[in-house]
Amino acid sequence: MKKIVLCLFLLIQSVHAEIEVYQFTSPELELRYQSLTEELRCLVCQNQNIADSHAELAQDLRRKVYEMLSSGQSNAQIIDYMTERYGDFVLYRPPFNARTILLWFTPVLALLIGALGFMSILNRRETNADEQLSQNELARIKELLYLKSNKK
Amino acid sequence: MRLRFILPLMAFLVMVVFLGIGLKLDPHDVPSPLINKPAPVFTLPQLHAPQKTFSPADMAGKVWLLNVWASWCVSCRQEHVYLTEFARDGSINLMGLNYKDEPAAAMQWLERLGNPYKISISDIDGMAGLDWGVYGVPETFIIDKKGIVRHKQTGPVDPTILQTIIMPLIEQLNRES
Repeated sequence: MKKIVLCLFLLIQSVHAEIEVYQFTSPELELRYQSLTEELRCLVCQNQNIADSHAELAQDLRRKVYEMLSSGQSNAQIIDYMTERYGDFVLYRPPFNARTILLWFTPVLALLIGALGFMSILNRRETNADEQLSQNELARIKELLYLKSNKK
Repeated sequence: MRLRFILPLMAFLVMVVFLGIGLKLDPHDVPSPLINKPAPVFTLPQLHAPQKTFSPADMAGKVWLLNVWASWCVSCRQEHVYLTEFARDGSINLMGLNYKDEPAAAMQWLERLGNPYKISISDIDGMAGLDWGVYGVPETFIIDKKGIVRHKQTGPVDPTILQTIIMPLIEQLNRES
């Protein structure tokens, strides 16, 4: 029993050790810290930002962001620092350039293709509806309806 | 009418090609923006002689390798035997950046498994590693005579990588003035 309790305690300790607390001189600085760490990607667990990640690298990157903020650097300077070292990959909001043009335009392109397809279907339907029935067809309809009502 | 069948088939084939390419890509191999840029500056104590420091500027005029490693890193152990073999004749300037490690544990590791490095550098808090864009040890950088980073190998090296990528590049850089 003692061992179990001890294990639980150790577990709690290790969970606490992963979250570091930073003191900010102003609430505005803290907000900038939060938004920056949410926008930077952790390169170890690539689908997490550095605010959410427990990876050691994410901890180091958070520390770096904190240090740079505390020394009065702008958001742009911090983003530049990160991309100079880790590339555009570190950004969750990729910049607009030659390499990412496909990434940015594919949704628009897909929407256009879909809209064109949709319009061509609508067009086809309209032309079908516009078709007038010929005299023969009208006569045939009357005949069928007449037959039906007579049968009753 | 035939278009109705051909179009979805084409769309499907395009998707297959893209997904196929996606399968071959390694998302962990992030291209380093440091390539063809000056090596980031640091001055850090040497592992075996903490009173002495090492800085990339010390290597000016030489082609050298910076291998980022740690005693806690499993893949480092995997590549260690190949690096040791590679650096055996002493003609290669292989430096080790001991990343976020305990110096005592690191020295013990080198004693037990052999030391391929001319100098090992202690980067205890990992801030130099951060400057070099290190995100997963082991990583190996090749720096030319002018102090420009020319190549980065992410992940453990093996004999194939050493013989087909790293060695030819070192020879090429040695010929450059």
